Amino acid sequence: MTTAKDKYQKVAYYPGCALEGTAHSYNRSTQQVGKALGLDLVEVKNWNCCGAMEVKNIDPKLQTYLSSRVMAIAATEMKMDVVMAPCNGCYHNLKKAEYDLAHDPASVEVVDRLSQKAGHATYQAGQVETIHALDWIMHGIGEDGLKQRLKGSLQGLKVANYYGCMYTRPRHIFPEKDKGPGTESTSKPHFMDDLLGAAGAVNVEFPLKTACCGGAHTLSDSDTSTKLVLNILRTAEAAGAEVIATECPTCHSGLEMHQVRAEKKFGQPTKVKILYFTQLLGLALGLSPRQVGVHENISDSLGFLREKGIA
Amino acid sequence: MPIHEQSLIRPENLTTHDQLVVDGVDVSGHWSTFIQTRVISDYNEAMQDEIAALPGGENVHRCWQCGSCTNSCTVNAINPEFNPRHWIYLVRIGMESEILRDKDIIWQCVSCNKCTYACPRDVVPEGVMKALSHWLELKGHVKPSPSMVFDEVFSEQVFQRGKIEEGRVMQRFFKRTGQSLNQPWLIEMMQRMLRHLPLGMLTKLGLATLVAPRTSGWSGARAAIEEYVHEQEHKRRRALGLDALIEAAKRDAGPATAGEGARS
Repeated sequence: MTTAKDKYQKVAYYPGCALEGTAHSYNRSTQQVGKALGLDLVEVKNWNCCGAMEVKNIDPKLQTYLSSRVMAIAATEMKMDVVMAPCNGCYHNLKKAEYDLAHDPASVEVVDRLSQKAGHATYQAGQVETIHALDWIMHGIGEDGLKQRLKGSLQGLKVANYYGCMYTRPRHIFPEKDKGPGTESTSKPHFMDDLLGAAGAVNVEFPLKTACCGGAHTLSDSDTSTKLVLNILRTAEAAGAEVIATECPTCHSGLEMHQVRAEKKFGQPTKVKILYFTQLLGLALGLSPRQVGVHENISDSLGFLREKGIA
Repeated sequence: MPIHEQSLIRPENLTTHDQLVVDGVDVSGHWSTFIQTRVISDYNEAMQDEIAALPGGENVHRCWQCGSCTNSCTVNAINPEFNPRHWIYLVRIGMESEILRDKDIIWQCVSCNKCTYACPRDVVPEGVMKALSHWLELKGHVKPSPSMVFDEVFSEQVFQRGKIEEGRVMQRFFKRTGQSLNQPWLIEMMQRMLRHLPLGMLTKLGLATLVAPRTSGWSGARAAIEEYVHEQEHKRRRALGLDALIEAAKRDAGPATAGEGARS
């Protein structure tokens, strides 16, 4: 039997639109961390947008089709068994498409019709397994494996781990979660805590791990988003966090953007730094701040990381 | 945790007489407070079916009114008027006029899916909120919300090219909603973003806004998607009886303006 460790050594990599734009630092740090850990990433050929929240709002089945096309390419053209998506939105949508195609005949019918018209193979439920970057490192390397490969340490950096909405909700599209020890929890996720803890961070008690940043309306209802983000930033600071670790480009840019907006528009400054968890892991693996794209973040943490002796 | 109830007794339905004597008893001031009789006769009996015909609203009939959705709601925590349990109730009994009181905030659902996670009946309240937003717009009760405009701008790019470029989506959204890019916080954010970026990266970002990225071999998928979108639009119009509504409006307006209605 192949274990997750074997299966995740070489996976199809689905970066998604955000990682080619505002979340370039997440893309860069994910690839660098993979290289440092000896895990292979092969980018999905000619991938398209997963449909995101926006296409889902227009028509959920169209989002199912868009996500299924990515999985179909990975399965039939690339013969891969696993697709890894670091973006929470992409990850969630591929999982949702997988669930719908396994349980809803109407979705199967629409996906089949559109795939045939578009001229590519129809994705069949179960052809690939979709995982998040957290699953990839947690199951492909694990905490002990990570410890053995560390070249530095996060030096007791106080971190609030922020998972957001799409990584755990709704529960039914993540059948592998909530299965007891060793699996991820949908109510109290801990993979990021575990990995950063192994890399030498101190995880603060943060009650808003799965709170919403208002990412869906980050531009269309900015005041609501600013309120939600400010609550997250302040709660992290009150819990003693120096850094909020993120694992979603929408959350990450939402936190960064509304941290600036709260300060400039409402006179409510906060100091907590915002970094992708892959950036923090990369630093502990001996990569330079430039290699993990710290300079590409809006949240300016270079000076702080140097001061802490991490960069 | 409290169950969030929505009181149907509103301040404007209360009357109080400053000076009132009834049968020789002085009931001036709050002693004379009455709740005005409320008569509702304009139920929309098709409302639940109409919502169920729109994507996301399929399971609205399953609701037991337990209130878990409103209890877990992100937006309710910052605006108590935002009450999914109450709206689902109104949809189920067809109280259209009551729903219309909240027509300008229903679109503010942030899709965090806490309600869907908490719901013991698989109603998918998040989907119902989306269906309700679409319903309000399709029936002409509201203009497309900023969120809907964003969805359109974003989806147009996906349908045309297979992927999006964020800068382009942002620019078009600001343009279509008539907002200025010249806002102090936006400028500050851009400055912070550009502070440490090397020149090569800047050129790449700049180029991406000029030459939008696209998925190669996308034309087949594009044609299939456009056909599907067209077909679904037709289906929804029929489910909501929109064409009949437009016909009726034309008849009411008389022959002089009927031609205009047909063109729009």
